[in-house]
Amino acid sequence: MTSPMQDPNTSFLFGRLTFDAIPLHEPILVATFAVVALGGIAMVAALTYFRLWGYLWSQWFTTVDHKKIGIMYMILGVVMLLRGFADAIMMRLQQAMAFGGSEGYLTAHHYDQVFTAHGVIMIFFVAMPMVTGLMNYVVPLQIGARDVSFPFLNNFSFWMTVGGAVIVMMSLFIGEFAMTGWLAMPPLSGAEASPGVGVDYYIWGLQIAGVGTTLSGINLLVTIIKMRAPGMTMMKMPIFTWTSLCTNVLIVASFPVLTAVLVLMTLDRYVGTHFFTNDMGGNPMMYVNLIWIWGHPEVYILILPAFGIFSEVTSAFSGKRLFGYTSMVYATVCITILSYLVWLHHFFTMGSGASVNSFFGITTMIISIPTGAKLFNWLFTMYRGRVRFELPMLWTIAFMITFTVGGMTGVLLAVPPADFVLHNSLFLIAHFHNVIIGGVLFGLFAGMNYWFPKAFGFKLDEFWGKISFWFWVAGYWFAFTPLYVLGLMGVTRRMRVFDDPSLQIWFIIAGFGAALIAVGIAAFLIQIAVSIRDRKKNRDVTGDPWQGRTLEWATSSPPADYNFAFTPVVHDIDAWHDMKSHSYERPLTGYEAIHMPRNTGAGVIIAALSVACGFALVWYIWWLAALSFLGILAVAIGHTFNTKRDFYIPVQTVVDTEARRTKLIESRA
Amino acid sequence: MKRLHLTALLTLPALLSACDAVVLSPSGDVAARQRDVLVTSTLLMLLIIIPVICLVVFFAWKYRASNTDATYAPDWSHSTKLEVVIWAAPLLIIICLGGLTWVGTHLLDPYRKLDRISKELVVTDEHEPLQVQVVSLDWKWMFIYPQYGIATVNELAAPVDRPIEFKLTSSSVMNAFYIPTLAGMIYTMPGMETGLHGVINEEGVYDGFSSNYSGAGFSGMRFKFHGMDDAGFENWVADVQAQDATLDRDTYLDLVKPSENVAPMHFAGVEDGLYHDILNMCVEPGQMCMNDMMMQDMHTRSGGMEMAHGQDQEQHADHGAMSHDGHGMEGMDVSRNGGEDEMQSDTPEADKTATDADRRMLRGHGLGRDFMPLFQPDPARPDATQPNPDNQ
Repeated sequence: MTSPMQDPNTSFLFGRLTFDAIPLHEPILVATFAVVALGGIAMVAALTYFRLWGYLWSQWFTTVDHKKIGIMYMILGVVMLLRGFADAIMMRLQQAMAFGGSEGYLTAHHYDQVFTAHGVIMIFFVAMPMVTGLMNYVVPLQIGARDVSFPFLNNFSFWMTVGGAVIVMMSLFIGEFAMTGWLAMPPLSGAEASPGVGVDYYIWGLQIAGVGTTLSGINLLVTIIKMRAPGMTMMKMPIFTWTSLCTNVLIVASFPVLTAVLVLMTLDRYVGTHFFTNDMGGNPMMYVNLIWIWGHPEVYILILPAFGIFSEVTSAFSGKRLFGYTSMVYATVCITILSYLVWLHHFFTMGSGASVNSFFGITTMIISIPTGAKLFNWLFTMYRGRVRFELPMLWTIAFMITFTVGGMTGVLLAVPPADFVLHNSLFLIAHFHNVIIGGVLFGLFAGMNYWFPKAFGFKLDEFWGKISFWFWVAGYWFAFTPLYVLGLMGVTRRMRVFDDPSLQIWFIIAGFGAALIAVGIAAFLIQIAVSIRDRKKNRDVTGDPWQGRTLEWATSSPPADYNFAFTPVVHDIDAWHDMKSHSYERPLTGYEAIHMPRNTGAGVIIAALSVACGFALVWYIWWLAALSFLGILAVAIGHTFNTKRDFYIPVQTVVDTEARRTKLIESRA
Repeated sequence: MKRLHLTALLTLPALLSACDAVVLSPSGDVAARQRDVLVTSTLLMLLIIIPVICLVVFFAWKYRASNTDATYAPDWSHSTKLEVVIWAAPLLIIICLGGLTWVGTHLLDPYRKLDRISKELVVTDEHEPLQVQVVSLDWKWMFIYPQYGIATVNELAAPVDRPIEFKLTSSSVMNAFYIPTLAGMIYTMPGMETGLHGVINEEGVYDGFSSNYSGAGFSGMRFKFHGMDDAGFENWVADVQAQDATLDRDTYLDLVKPSENVAPMHFAGVEDGLYHDILNMCVEPGQMCMNDMMMQDMHTRSGGMEMAHGQDQEQHADHGAMSHDGHGMEGMDVSRNGGEDEMQSDTPEADKTATDADRRMLRGHGLGRDFMPLFQPDPARPDATQPNPDNQ
């Protein structure tokens, strides 16, 4: 294989980038581009007209405040959800159409990119940012800290995640995305079978975002270990903090594997090594193993924080202590450890022997024991409670029912003989959407509805929230129950056209379900808009709109920059509930100046240079890659000389802020 | 929500029997036993799943905030008895399921020779298995019947109640060979061989396809699997044998080129050793076969070790012997090749200066050690069928 370095078809200035890379022949993409471009221009114009650039830069882009970074993560997740969902709708439409000789409306070239992009975006740029966003926002508040351990790193991690998303989005309009499925398995993703830029976009998009995820994992891990309020021992941490701790342990331990496996694949593609090729000593099975050694913990990275959210919500809305806190903690830790011992269940059908398959099948089933225990704990938290069916609780109950079914089909797939007939089928697709939508996504919605008033000072609108809830839940069942059925009919995944006309009805039902989900997403956006409009009506003046139990509800909504004027002291698991029941009085005097980290633009700049570097590497523009890489080094080293990292919030500011809060509370008293 | 779910649960079996859920009603014994495991596991899990779902609904309803009659115990959060139950109940289910899994996985291991044809029929010496060598190409399936000297593309036939032994590999990317009615799927992977055993119990025409996405033509990578009675199968074989076309190296190299939605093809003859060479990635003239390369590599690696780590001769010999025994390469005469020379051609320096033709000789350079048993030299084949200057 000739190395790209000597490829005669690349020019010095533009590498292999030519005008042909702009997909003008794809009307769908041209229309999308027009809409995105118009929207983009309108937004830039509006920002310029209202002179918001300076504000955005100084207050948001360069911020090191974990709360603002958390909010930005959520915005990134919602924006990317729209893109990922557009892909889903396109797939559903194609599969509902392509029967009886019809080719549908997507070519293989387009369709194969769509399902790859859907998977990559939903996992890496929707679920991950949203989970990270919630952890970022909530964890420091729950442990009574003023920020995370490494505030600059937090900002940098966020922008690297954005950088990865930008690279993936670029592939929509310049060149193409991978046509390999979301894990880009070789040999299909190798240089021989996928010579185009698609897989390179995939690699660099994930590598850049991966830097962000790994660093953010380290950051939150250290934060939870080192920055808890006095008195908060490990066994007094809120359960969401516990699940976040375990998730970040998983991130720190598993993302380096992803980074390494992508580096090896990069070497295969760029310099002609043979780690994962079929010949010259390479073996694609190594990739399959490595990617799943990351990939399986990844799904627990997503679900554990969701479990934490459900624990908080169930306890708060049942007006009751969480049942079995200790066993909940041990269940979480069990799942964390076991999640490393099950990766092979993703490829029972690749020819490993019966003993190996049995081992991984059984370890997988064992995970359902702590998971089952968790479910019972939530159940017995409701038992003898006073359950208030506010939005977060609705999502939680929908989760308990939906996820139980998903868990069952998951254990079923862990039984190798059953997996041999269901693997890669639409049954598998239905299963993992069952747990990711029914678990992670429902959890994120519960979390967003639960903590939104904390972040913005007003509750989300209930009417539109319920519309969104019911359409999402019904949409999920309509969209994925047919997929379970199709899987039992032996229909495999990633098909673009079908022979058998009797299958069509099921795909039409699934398409209908996707349309219901579309309404659910629209209702969610309307819910936010309406809530902002009616923010006065839904104002939360107390800082504790739900009768919360953990420390984040002890401070104002939204919290001041410094979170807590005085660091709280913890005596019990539900620290805030404990304070309230001991008739806690907010101290009104004795404030001191507060030491805080200072904003910096280094994170944005390094991430922007990383995007340039990634783009250059995708297109073999070596001079730009070298230049931007040197730029990254220069800025990173330059930043180490920046000694103005911190400042003090003056006493007077603290006094004024707290006085405003006192007045606000009194106004409603 | 609840109602929706329950309705779905109740109507599902009815709907499934109405449509053709092949996974639940297969015509092959292996697939039927896999279905049995699937159904048993599901029922076993429903023992706990259904009560849990009912309890969720019941507790949520009973302890709703507006129901002030219900007991309210805001500080009740622990009960050792209950905790034991909630950990033990899933544990018991998993112990049962684990046992079922261990036994089922071993009995239904795709590599395991069949011990029965159907519930009533046990395999005896009289049942000579039908051998089929399967190669997935971009994007079609090729089947070689070594016992009959014939080959087909995108069409597979087998007599009813005769065990079938599949050996599978792939030409370029991974696919998965799946005939839902016959037996579970198994991946086909280039340079590696997998195996599958199955038997078809009813005559009929069934669907087979690739169940692992493999690129643009993946959707059309389908074929019909014909279950026939013995006479029908003999006729079918005779028909194929009466064709003009034969599958030789050139035909194969033509066939390897990507094509989509390929109509069935029949070949009356197959060139000797073609499957062996596909598996060892040396069909093109001048390519070195992987099994040969691995033997050579086995031998030179010990030399390379010495060079890299400066081990003394004694350790070096130990290491060689270890990999020798550990990986079933007994009987291979290591001293046969001029080790030092071979090693030279393996070093990067030699690689750089090698011409294109020379580099091609290195194609097929070994897999991991664990795959060694698959690449035993084929005693039936003379070593020198390939023009191979490295071969001694």
